Amino acid sequence: MLGEDSDRQARGTADVVARRSYGKLLAFLAASSRDVTAAEDALAEAFAAALTQWPQRGCPSNPEAWLVTVARRKIIDAARRRRRGEQATVELASIAEQLASVAAAGEIPDRRLALLFAAAHPAVEPGIRAPLLLQTVLGFDARMIASAFLTSPDAMAKRLVRAKSKIKQAGIAFAVPDRDELPGRLDAVLAAIYAAFTEGWTDPAGIDVARRDFTQEALFLAQLVAELMPNEPEALGLLSLMLHAEARRPARRSAAGEFVPLSEQDTKAWDANMINVAEALLQRASTRRAFGRYQLEAAVQSAHVHRCRTGENNWAHVISLYDALLAICTSPVLRLNRSVAVAETLGPVAALAEIEMLAADRRMAEYQPYWAARAELLGKTGAYREARQCYDMAIGLEHDGAVRRFLQRRQAALPS
Amino acid sequence: MQYLLMIYAEQGAWEKLTPAAQQQGMAAYNAFTEALRKSGALAGSNRLRPTSTATTVRIADGKSQVLDGPYADTKEQLAGYYLIDVADLDAALAWAARCPGASHGIVEVRPVWSMPE
Repeated sequence: MLGEDSDRQARGTADVVARRSYGKLLAFLAASSRDVTAAEDALAEAFAAALTQWPQRGCPSNPEAWLVTVARRKIIDAARRRRRGEQATVELASIAEQLASVAAAGEIPDRRLALLFAAAHPAVEPGIRAPLLLQTVLGFDARMIASAFLTSPDAMAKRLVRAKSKIKQAGIAFAVPDRDELPGRLDAVLAAIYAAFTEGWTDPAGIDVARRDFTQEALFLAQLVAELMPNEPEALGLLSLMLHAEARRPARRSAAGEFVPLSEQDTKAWDANMINVAEALLQRASTRRAFGRYQLEAAVQSAHVHRCRTGENNWAHVISLYDALLAICTSPVLRLNRSVAVAETLGPVAALAEIEMLAADRRMAEYQPYWAARAELLGKTGAYREARQCYDMAIGLEHDGAVRRFLQRRQAALPS
Repeated sequence: MQYLLMIYAEQGAWEKLTPAAQQQGMAAYNAFTEALRKSGALAGSNRLRPTSTATTVRIADGKSQVLDGPYADTKEQLAGYYLIDVADLDAALAWAARCPGASHGIVEVRPVWSMPE
């Protein structure tokens, strides 16, 4: 009985440490050895060792330091097996020294930011940066990431391995870049976090556990970056943007699980505290007077919140925010969103003319919101037959059943 | 870590430059080389003669086959290289960005396979 109890306790402690500290431990081990794969393997072995040793000898008073010490030994052993020669000895000594100084202090420095910057380095393939953050800093397995990013586990695993080997062999630094390089590099980190967030966001009902976790974890990362770099307005802007989106989650589905568009959402169901935090962050970011994409997108969210709560027509303001965004980055999605605001101010015909400019963009052919917006506007101009066709396209492209049913209802509501 | 900065440039572009522009180009490369040397990062560097002087060799069926011309017939060709020794990729990329080759061509940065693994 005692054996079972201590077994359960050891497992429980290991679980808690894994959940709470995996990213921190891995970031530290990876940054000191400059080898993500070796750090992952060593940490996995350390956890395995914990599960066999803790039930017998009891949980250590500082489980994190215990795991780092064991993992460190594994890294050095593995490196020793692989490398020979004088240079290897020097390098091993430096790794050992770094790792030892920490083990002595009992305090593990937080190197997650360094790991974030390594994983989102411009020398790493852009499409794999977000999955790499999820796997390394957050500890998601490749299978879970693959399902969210709609690829096969094998393909995802291969790309992750390749990215980690590039980091190691190309000598990508585990460090926050210099001041003059920071803006461009920070942008890649923020983009990867935002990509992880939107992966989770595609499942707003939170039925898919893996995806719901992505949203939460991406929020955690954005919070971490905002905390560690409190003077970077775009880091604050991204967190504000994500909190705004997250605050409205409870209102995005009816009690019956049906999709509710923004204009029909119950504003009382929004998380008011979260919105307050988002607004305060945006306010703080704006005092830095360095506007960027995320601050502007957060400002759009803020404008939506204000309008829905007060009924004040602020669509002209929304259009000006989109104009500012389009001056920074050209994106068909931004254009499309702007056209929705145009429809509210200048009417559906003017908005359709704007959308027409996007028709040649091949990316739009498979983008559900494009067809839905087009259908909506055509319906308003009385072109019901064309509207129906566009709804067909939108419905065919939508993965989410609730949104699909919403589009079907809109289509059915068109006069014949 | 050692990195090889390979400068890829359009063939014949140099010959088309005015003497004054060529002089400027040479001065820029000299300044860059000097900066690398002073920082202690320079491990080696050379400019290559055009691919019209290139010869490729391969062994096929036990016989060596010698052909006139470069390995790949592309518009941009390897025109020269710098071998540098710096702390990490960011440092190597910073040097690559300062290389005149990055302005008139493309600089490919490759880590040198130095440790037996």
